[in-house]
Amino acid sequence: MTTTSPQKTNRTPVRLGDRIFTSLSVGSGLLIFAALLAVFLFLLAQSWDAIRASTEVMGQSGEFSLAEFVGPLVFGTVLAAGLALVMAVPVAVGIALFISHFAPRKLATPIGYVVDLLAAVPSVVFGLWGGVWLVPKLEPAFRFLHESLFTRWFPMFQGSDQEVTSPMRNVLAAAVVLAVMILPIITAVSREVFLQVPRLNEEAALALGATRWEMIRTVVLPFGRSGVVSASMLGLGRALGETMAVLMVMAPGLTYTLHVLAVGQHSTIASYIAAQNAESTGLDMSKLIFAGLVLFVITFIINFIARAIVSASSKK
Amino acid sequence: MNVFSRKTIAALGAVSVLALSACGSDGGKPVDGGKADTGKSDSKPVSGKLVGSGASSQGGAQDAWLAGFTAQNPEAQVTYDATGSGKGREAFLSKASDFAGTDDFLDEEEMTKAKDRCEGGTAMNIPVYISPIAVVYNLEGVDDLQLSPETLAGIFAGTITKWDDPKIKADNPDAELPSKPIVPVHRSDKSGTTGNFTDYLSKAAPNEWTHGAIEEWYESGGQSGDKTAGMMSTVKGGDGTIGYADASQAKDVGVAKIKVGEKFVELSAEGAGKTVDDSKPVKDGDLALELNRTTTADGAYPLVLVSYMAVCDTYDSQEKADLVKAYASFVISEQGQKDAESSSGSAPLPAEMSKKAQENVDKIKAK
Repeated sequence: MTTTSPQKTNRTPVRLGDRIFTSLSVGSGLLIFAALLAVFLFLLAQSWDAIRASTEVMGQSGEFSLAEFVGPLVFGTVLAAGLALVMAVPVAVGIALFISHFAPRKLATPIGYVVDLLAAVPSVVFGLWGGVWLVPKLEPAFRFLHESLFTRWFPMFQGSDQEVTSPMRNVLAAAVVLAVMILPIITAVSREVFLQVPRLNEEAALALGATRWEMIRTVVLPFGRSGVVSASMLGLGRALGETMAVLMVMAPGLTYTLHVLAVGQHSTIASYIAAQNAESTGLDMSKLIFAGLVLFVITFIINFIARAIVSASSKK
Repeated sequence: MNVFSRKTIAALGAVSVLALSACGSDGGKPVDGGKADTGKSDSKPVSGKLVGSGASSQGGAQDAWLAGFTAQNPEAQVTYDATGSGKGREAFLSKASDFAGTDDFLDEEEMTKAKDRCEGGTAMNIPVYISPIAVVYNLEGVDDLQLSPETLAGIFAGTITKWDDPKIKADNPDAELPSKPIVPVHRSDKSGTTGNFTDYLSKAAPNEWTHGAIEEWYESGGQSGDKTAGMMSTVKGGDGTIGYADASQAKDVGVAKIKVGEKFVELSAEGAGKTVDDSKPVKDGDLALELNRTTTADGAYPLVLVSYMAVCDTYDSQEKADLVKAYASFVISEQGQKDAESSSGSAPLPAEMSKKAQENVDKIKAK
């Protein structure tokens, strides 16, 4: 009410306020760049010792190979996040479609709230829940996957008896927890996109005799594809960087195996840093920070790809 | 719409102001004391600010010590940040802290570095925290398990894989052992507990354990847990699991007896103390111990972790020297050790060690 009265009496814009507001918003915009740059420079400076001492830079006289060190970590990180995405995206799209097109209004709103609430649960809580409650519950399912005939055609569920032991603190269990954690963001973004599908297109499809499913397949999904992709990328970004939940659920190891039921074979960059950080000093610490730098770059690339996909499809 | 967004901005603003002010009050703890005049006598309460950081193993005990110490010396302010041993030593050597808690004593190289930090004096390793490490297992139907160091090393090196292995049977003639696979569990984080456990294996069973004393596990694969809590939940969560954990955390699981000399010894605080009594200092004049893992002393339990407090014998001000001296004296005193025992289940320092430690602490002086 107070801002409307001066507008009536004074037609010219309030210059001082304008200027303050402009500089504030420009400042905030620049601040994010500065913060990002500062993080990047910090990572680079702190990992410099490790980079300089590595065989990649020094050749034969280097102390260790950074690629060998960071390779299994990158593999584990991408594997865990990828598995989580594979599990989360179909469910998230299903929930989003239900909320936007199937559920009666009375039901849609509360379901939307509940899914959003999932995003507010701290990752430590997810870690506790996953490690203590979920892992024993998943065990029969994992045993089934491992022992059923299915395994013969699907090598990911193989593994020796030494590797597949209870408790099943393996990368698949961690991925299940990650999937639950990234569900809300993928659902929320997809729902928004599905709600923006032009009503006329939908009605046209229905008028041509399409069933609801056909309408969704021919109209809603194509329209929402880029939105779902960018939502998935946002989810992937979160899954890549998740630390606590992975740390508490998975028994880590450093190998390149694709056996997702094998315990103690995989590790993720973030959880590895968290586990080793307390007792690491000097060059070891520098190596850890280098791993952090790699994660930073990976996340950056993923976001970049997401942007590219979204902008490419919006130009069409 | 307009009104709504304005409200939202106002609310956001309020929240950020609150958050900022919360940060502010958190960050700027008032420094108290500072110039308070204190005498040299031990009985007089000391004041000032003392900063320590380091090993998380003694973190619980440090909490108890600083509570007890500040109760006696309300003017003093002591903090301990459990950042990990290595970081604690780094902070101590770079003068960022006044003392360090560490699972590995300062070695020769660090002692030389410490000369600068200690105003030309030397640094001292004072043993303050003794914690027996329990061999924990979860095996249905077996309530009593006895293991020789060779068998234990075989299990963790992966050469013994079944619970009814002849070597385990030989250690447990009376037990009925199932033919289940053994699931050895290690710590997934870098840890002094792992370091002491593997040090024991490498000394007591050098033929079976060839990986030396290591803080980070030697291979990928196998079950593991993050920190002691993760270790315990993994051991409890499986069947046929075996792991190692600080004695205070070893609850609701089987605890194995280990073979010392010709006898199987149960985990106990006294046993841990006896091992410390039977160990020699690494070099004269300092209390860093070369733990005697192969002790045969009666009742000794050699699987123990000793954590140290690293201090200087010379500080730059009288006030700081008095404060460090008073705090260290409290930590090794009977009262301090009792506090640690009740808060984190450690074993009290044996009387003789405590006396020697006090002699070293008494050397602390100002430049």
